[in-house]
Amino acid sequence: MNAYAKRLMWPVLILVALIAVNIITTGIDFIVPSVNDDRLGGAFVNILRRSAPLLLIALGMTLVIATKGIDLSVGAVYAIGAAIACQMIIDSSDQTAAGLVFSAIAIALVVTAVIGAWNGVMVAYFGIQPIVATLILMIAGRGIAQLITGGQIPKVQDASPFTELGRGAFLTVPIPIWIAALVLVALALLTRRTALGMLLESVGGNPEASRLAGIRSKGITVLVYLVCGLCAGLAGLIGAANLGSADANNGGQWIELDAILAVVIGGTALLGGRFFLLGTTIGVVIIGTLEDTIINVGLSSQWQFTAKAIVVFVVALLQSPEFRGWFLKPFKRKPAAPATAPAEEAVAK
Amino acid sequence: MSDDPIVQMTGIRKDFTGVRALDGVDFTLRPGEIHAVMGENGAGKSTLIKVLTGVHTPDAGDILLDGKPVRFHSPGAAQAAGISTVYQEVNLTDNLSVAENLFAGREPRLGPFINFRAMRRKAKALLDDIGIDLNVAAPLSSYSIAMQQLVAISRAVDIEAKVLILDEPTSSLDRDEVEVLLGVMRRLAEKGTAMVFISHFLDQVYEICDRMTVLRNGTLVGEWATADLPQNELIGHMLGREAAALEQIERAAAAHHVADEEPLVKAQGLGRKGSIAPYDLDVRRGEVVGLAGLLGSGRTETVRLIAGADRADSGSLTFDGQSARGHNPRTAAARGIAFCPENRKTEGLVGDLTVAENMILALQASRGWARSIPVARRDKLVASFIEKLDIRPANPDMPVKNLSGGNQQKVLLARWMLIQPKLLILDEPTRGIDVGAKADIQRLVAELSAEGMAVLFVSAELDEVTRLSDRIAVLRDRELVAVLESEADMTTERIVDTIVSGGRAS
Ligand SMILES: Nc1ncnc2c1ncn2[C@@H]1O[C@H](COP(=O)(O)OP(=O)(O)OP(=O)(O)O)[C@@H](O)[C@H]1O
Ligand SMILES: [Mg+2]
Repeated sequence: MNAYAKRLMWPVLILVALIAVNIITTGIDFIVPSVNDDRLGGAFVNILRRSAPLLLIALGMTLVIATKGIDLSVGAVYAIGAAIACQMIIDSSDQTAAGLVFSAIAIALVVTAVIGAWNGVMVAYFGIQPIVATLILMIAGRGIAQLITGGQIPKVQDASPFTELGRGAFLTVPIPIWIAALVLVALALLTRRTALGMLLESVGGNPEASRLAGIRSKGITVLVYLVCGLCAGLAGLIGAANLGSADANNGGQWIELDAILAVVIGGTALLGGRFFLLGTTIGVVIIGTLEDTIINVGLSSQWQFTAKAIVVFVVALLQSPEFRGWFLKPFKRKPAAPATAPAEEAVAK
Repeated sequence: MSDDPIVQMTGIRKDFTGVRALDGVDFTLRPGEIHAVMGENGAGKSTLIKVLTGVHTPDAGDILLDGKPVRFHSPGAAQAAGISTVYQEVNLTDNLSVAENLFAGREPRLGPFINFRAMRRKAKALLDDIGIDLNVAAPLSSYSIAMQQLVAISRAVDIEAKVLILDEPTSSLDRDEVEVLLGVMRRLAEKGTAMVFISHFLDQVYEICDRMTVLRNGTLVGEWATADLPQNELIGHMLGREAAALEQIERAAAAHHVADEEPLVKAQGLGRKGSIAPYDLDVRRGEVVGLAGLLGSGRTETVRLIAGADRADSGSLTFDGQSARGHNPRTAAARGIAFCPENRKTEGLVGDLTVAENMILALQASRGWARSIPVARRDKLVASFIEKLDIRPANPDMPVKNLSGGNQQKVLLARWMLIQPKLLILDEPTRGIDVGAKADIQRLVAELSAEGMAVLFVSAELDEVTRLSDRIAVLRDRELVAVLESEADMTTERIVDTIVSGGRAS
């Protein structure tokens, strides 16, 4: 088993267990998608659709964490992206114009990318610690979103094509799932087909050695925060399109913490270095599934936070070699005599 | 002194994924003896130590301490039982002060608070006693690795361990400091402390050790009293081949560069306040320039300015006919300057990345992230360097942190050879490398320079410097005091004289 598969094993097992619990309590319909009105539905598809914004943010966060950084401002950037698009749309005379919707989306994305790049500049060029640099925007960002919306909650007409971003479907698959999947593939290609992924891991794993090896770590850092801001803005757009409104105060609240959680569940260490986009994806689906599971097993929704904490705890334990050694020891074979274990011998040679 | 062993390890086996690092190794340590563990890079020396001290759990075998079976589950437990260790890779907390490092975990207290004044006083007294002079309130990171090593050793001494384990403690020390260390070891031996000593310096081993245990490829070759095992037999046991295979490198009297040719590197008044006084230094193509001097004399600082690792604040630097002042590691690499720093763990390798990734890092950095090296080409390059430098295990996908110290050094060397530099700067490249590999690296330097590469070579071992260099720059107190050019001047004695006189005599 290679290193990647090993890292993914525990999160996958946890997800499978969660899905199994849901199937036991609510039947096989939980996982099998239904088709009504030419679009996929059903409990699991809904979980995926709902998780799309979190996945976008968590993917960006994964790259940032790989560089030893963190981005606390993603929730605020989510709100800014949503506010810009919704406000532009309601300010126009014809909310159904496709051109308007496109430019609203484009402007929101450009602004959020610039905000992300700003975070990166503060970290890379001004040498401010990531947690501090992004904390500034985490606090100020929601204020900026409020200024954009004038303190109101702009409501987009249901007829506007903008809402399709959150509610629509393409080839029966909900659009948010499409977007999240495309971004996942794009980031995977961007990092693993080019050398970006390796250089990121190098910068996160040992910044000084990377500098001496001649890596442009500042440029790479800015790029990564930019991508993270862009992902957060896109997540905000999907969230706002789904609700049909942008709430500067509550939109995307605490999403930065869920995103960090998903990254950690997925096997990327907060210390930087190796990162796992696929692991993060599984982490996001675990978090999404968990919310349904709590309801399905009959717990009240107040259990949500506690249950989340327990899952994180279990995953963290399973990923710790010390714990695994201790926990799995009783199950391990005693060192066999050479005669009875020829296979083991062969492997060691 | 009783003859009952204090530590007895029998049948130790340790498997890592895909590698059997130790296989049925026995090891016996008696009170008051200094016992060397010898072997090539990757033979399993450090692993044996780590099994004893609880860093690794053995897969088979028994450990007796004072005749009682023990199995430590953490280095802390081993330390509590009287086994103190200085690991190969220094593991102190370097943003804490020297004093804090010496007393971490056992700070003098005043009620619930740490008594910093008493701690500094005790630290000072301890270091004075051992014979090293440091500012105990300064952060440890402000001192060289060698000093950091000495602090680690002092800490072990102060704990008054029954067993003291030193894994390559001298690899970064200079002559005087080695003498200090060996002196401390002798004193401890008289008090009855048993010591395990790992070193690739055979002279030191023969000077101080009573017995040696030789490992090869994770298996035990045997145990001998030092007096019974001549040096060439030892090398034969370590390498499993005849010592004659390690013929000395003779520099083909560096006639291959023309004296009046424009130098590749021309540093004039290049300097940096607080680090190295302004110096003039030329390096020509195909020439090996050695830098000699005591520890802390500014050798590393000198080469770091040329490498672009530090920024010069005075003087000028010309490289290949162009001004290269104010360059950084990236532009330096683009010009063809390669720099292997002395501290491979903190400045050289990225531990979590694989051997292959670490090797191609500089080449990839020079191409930028968008132009990834094609997989086939990369695999070929990596495989060829693994073979050329004899990196073991020859597994390109292993995280580099799992390699033995010497093999890590080779990976770093490969990284820079891959960019085919015009100037190769090597800061202590043979530190922690076994006799065979050391000869390989020296041969490589000679070969590369014969092909026209310029080499700046820093080493604490004077005979290595004299053997390889065409010219030798001598440093003292952060100042370049002389450049020795003539054949007659390039002897160990002349270098020592120059250091002592500060270049004024002659
Ligand atoms: N954590 C690890 N995981 C996998 N392999 C390891 C690990 N630690 C050591 N090894 C392997 O075990 C073997 C023995 O390594 P060890 O560090 O004990 O060598 P050594 O004799 O100390 O060499 P050196 O002189 O270079 O320090 C090497 O092949 C090394 O690659
Ligand atoms: Mg070692």
